[in-house]
Amino acid sequence: MESFSLILAIVVVTALAFDFTNGFHDTANAMATTISTGALKPKVAVAMSAALNLVGAFLSVEVANTISKGLVDEAGIRPEVIFAALVGAILWNLLTWLVGLPSSSSHALMGGLIGATIASAGVGAVHGDVLVTKVLLPAVAAPIVAGVAAMFATRLTYSFGKKAEGSKASEKGYRAGQIASAGLVSLAHGTNDAQKTMGIITLALVAGGAVAPDSDPPVWVILSAGLAIALGTYLGGWRIIRTMGKGLTDLQPQQGFAAQTSAATVILASSHLGFSLSTTHSVSGSVMGAGLGRKGGVVRWSTATRMFVAWGLTLPAAALVGAIAEWVTGFGSWGTGLVAAFLVASSAAIWKISRREVVDHTNVNEPEPEEPAGVVTTAVAAVAPPPTAGAVSEDLTATIAAPVTEPAPSPAPAASPATTV
Amino acid sequence: MKIDWAALGSVFGVSLVVTVALVALFTLGIAGLARRERAAEQGGSAAAAVTGAYACFAACAAAVGYGIYLIVA
Repeated sequence: MESFSLILAIVVVTALAFDFTNGFHDTANAMATTISTGALKPKVAVAMSAALNLVGAFLSVEVANTISKGLVDEAGIRPEVIFAALVGAILWNLLTWLVGLPSSSSHALMGGLIGATIASAGVGAVHGDVLVTKVLLPAVAAPIVAGVAAMFATRLTYSFGKKAEGSKASEKGYRAGQIASAGLVSLAHGTNDAQKTMGIITLALVAGGAVAPDSDPPVWVILSAGLAIALGTYLGGWRIIRTMGKGLTDLQPQQGFAAQTSAATVILASSHLGFSLSTTHSVSGSVMGAGLGRKGGVVRWSTATRMFVAWGLTLPAAALVGAIAEWVTGFGSWGTGLVAAFLVASSAAIWKISRREVVDHTNVNEPEPEEPAGVVTTAVAAVAPPPTAGAVSEDLTATIAAPVTEPAPSPAPAASPATTV
Repeated sequence: MKIDWAALGSVFGVSLVVTVALVALFTLGIAGLARRERAAEQGGSAAAAVTGAYACFAACAAAVGYGIYLIVA
């Protein structure tokens, strides 16, 4: 730790900030179904998920080592590139949180890295085919795989459990089942995502010459990364939890159980069989599958469409911010300072905007201000960008004045960070 | 560009089978316990159903244990 330059310190702090947003963003993956079906009280659910994330962070350093050893040529990477990548990823995570859309933190990070690498080493440094096989294809496959499994599981649990319906055993049983599967997802998340950050910090430390190449993450890195992700998880991205647990479909305990079991299975099977699928994509898919599997269940495709759009934008948006950030840091120390100041300022701005309509553990289970199927209310537009311009403008003219000013602010910040750097 | 269709296919197959099997077992377990509840109301017992139910839950617990093993290993 002796040769700890300023840029290295900035990278470490930024990486921990990313880790925090990562936990924050992904609480929904583990706990949205558990919270929305009432299996656990919101605060209890996030506390449990945070604890399991922390435990998961200490279980192994394998994922961290694949990132910090050999994946990237350590000699060629500068701390500034990592910093720029993290800036892109953090901003995208915060923006998607603001509009309450689940999106993959890993994709945001990859996008940031790709953008920063392009800016520093040219387009040739990115492998297009790796992009397709490791990023695009999994993003399409994950929700389908998890969704189909959850749909069949939901059908089955409803038909097998018909006689048990309404009994005490069924109520307690589905509750326990959901908690167990949500716990597995949390633990898997801790081992995966906390370690990604550890890997990145270690990579930066190696790149900055603070630790020897090929070393395991130092203990303080493991500890701080674990704590950052646990804290983020505990504070909870309530907006995203609401979208996943209530926005996509209405979940009953049976469906929550089927969805969470399918998600846990897909996540574990995919990482074990060598075709890694994103946690976020799997859980979203399984929630929709569970929605389709119940008779009379409805998936709100307008919300789902917004989510898919966000998935598609994750990589390019984070890459763009990462590239611009890398370009600015290229001007020297003041450039790096400028990017850091911009990151802090825009994070503060996003938080400020979020206070206009607070979503927390008290109202996370209130349905999104949206009537079931078909009725598009203007209130939805206040929470997130409209699915289609046409549908909402019709509604605006129908309901007149008052809410019209509301929708404007939320899409606006989405544009600003990308363009004003 | 080489897409590992075999890996994707096996992820799909394994996920589908495991999820459906686990949910089926768990639901059967719940149904078994519910039968005991009904039997108790009528003053009877349903020993076979309860034994089956616990067997189902044990299988599910084993699956969770294997999941934790996969995470840790």
